[in-house]
Amino acid sequence: MRILVVGGGCGGTILANNLARRLAGEIRDRKVRITMLSASDQHMYQPGLLYVAFGQMMPDELYRDQASLLEPSIDFHVDPVEEFQLEQNRVKTKAGKIHEYDVMVIATGSRIVPEEVPGLREGSETFYSEASAVKMFKSLREFEGGNVGIVVGVPHKCPIAPVEVTFSLHDYFKSRGIRDKVRIKYHYPIGRIHTIENVAKWAKPEFDRIGIEYETLFNVREVDVENKIVKSEEGTEFAYDLLISIPPHRGMEVIEKDKLGDGGWIPTDRHRLTMEGHDNVYVLGDTTNLPVSKTGSAAHFEAEVVAENIASIIKIGAPVREYDGKVYCFIEAGHDRATYAMFNYQNPPDLKAPNKSMHWFKMSYNKMYWTSVRGLL
Amino acid sequence: MSECKTIDARDTFCPGPLMELITYMKQASVGDTLELLSTDQGTASDVPEWVNKVGHEMVSSEKIGEVWHLKVRKTK
Repeated sequence: MRILVVGGGCGGTILANNLARRLAGEIRDRKVRITMLSASDQHMYQPGLLYVAFGQMMPDELYRDQASLLEPSIDFHVDPVEEFQLEQNRVKTKAGKIHEYDVMVIATGSRIVPEEVPGLREGSETFYSEASAVKMFKSLREFEGGNVGIVVGVPHKCPIAPVEVTFSLHDYFKSRGIRDKVRIKYHYPIGRIHTIENVAKWAKPEFDRIGIEYETLFNVREVDVENKIVKSEEGTEFAYDLLISIPPHRGMEVIEKDKLGDGGWIPTDRHRLTMEGHDNVYVLGDTTNLPVSKTGSAAHFEAEVVAENIASIIKIGAPVREYDGKVYCFIEAGHDRATYAMFNYQNPPDLKAPNKSMHWFKMSYNKMYWTSVRGLL
Repeated sequence: MSECKTIDARDTFCPGPLMELITYMKQASVGDTLELLSTDQGTASDVPEWVNKVGHEMVSSEKIGEVWHLKVRKTK
């Protein structure tokens, strides 16, 4: 049995490690082989980028060697897939190698596409890459006052990020003693300030309390970089001195090129996590087209389900679990308080008041992630 | 040629039905119709509010059983 894992991010790594432990005997007896193909020899803890943008973490804290995170029995190659040949159950890599499989897991993630909004790349700061997060911090540090706008592209990874970065901006300028010189205005695509109703109900009075303005039904159409004006699809605009953006995302280019899914999102069964029309292909994390948050948390819970099912199919000939849509998200409510949202397909999150303990739990999790991604937590 | 695509946003709290619709509207071509399925009761008012504000066309809205079926045509 040849199991091919495409992608070495959060979901792919948790899945591969979980599977390697469940199938240790089969791997030892050479009945199973797990191969991972990734685009990088480094693994990034992506949630840490928000902290880099505020000078709370250094970039080198975000990385580990990918090989060091994997069970030794996993055959790991830094050689990304360039062509999926699903009908032949094989892929072709950048190096020109062919990998055949009996079961494949696609966990290639997503990418930011600020270029889809004219002026967004040039006119705004963001924190969805190491370079942009460092650049954003330097811009914040030099900022002495004026209008700060937050705009949100659709779809985007980490749906909590818009409110987190907004609360963090408030605390950052407050800590520098210039909050009274800064007007913060939050813009959001739908008709309330967060897509999760209970998050919106909690965040709105918090925004009111600390003087954050907001405009809903604002889908960013273009940024007039020269005049520093951001314009919406809905016909409104905001004149900014500093613009912070959550860029729109797409799936990876190879997914679109090989017509596996529009926008780079692969049509996926919401419970079995198999690719539609291909029962031996599973899809994880951001790569799916599921109506589930694009977060490491969703990828983590999906990976556990897929690993258990692939192992049980090998051992007893049948899957044993279904994914129930579980997601758990920390929500930083500034630099010293946090809460969380946990939900699934059937049950909405019941938000608790933010507190310092949850913030320190999140800060601890920033370190514990490396245990989690090894599949130990 | 215009397409009619169905978006299954039943039983979703995040990113939610309207956010799903906006995602697929960005991928659609002018003239395409998208049918949004939602079990969120707020969808029946949230979606027309956005569609009217941004200037697309609300084709139909009906509740079948517990599921809202809303059809929207992309106009620009």
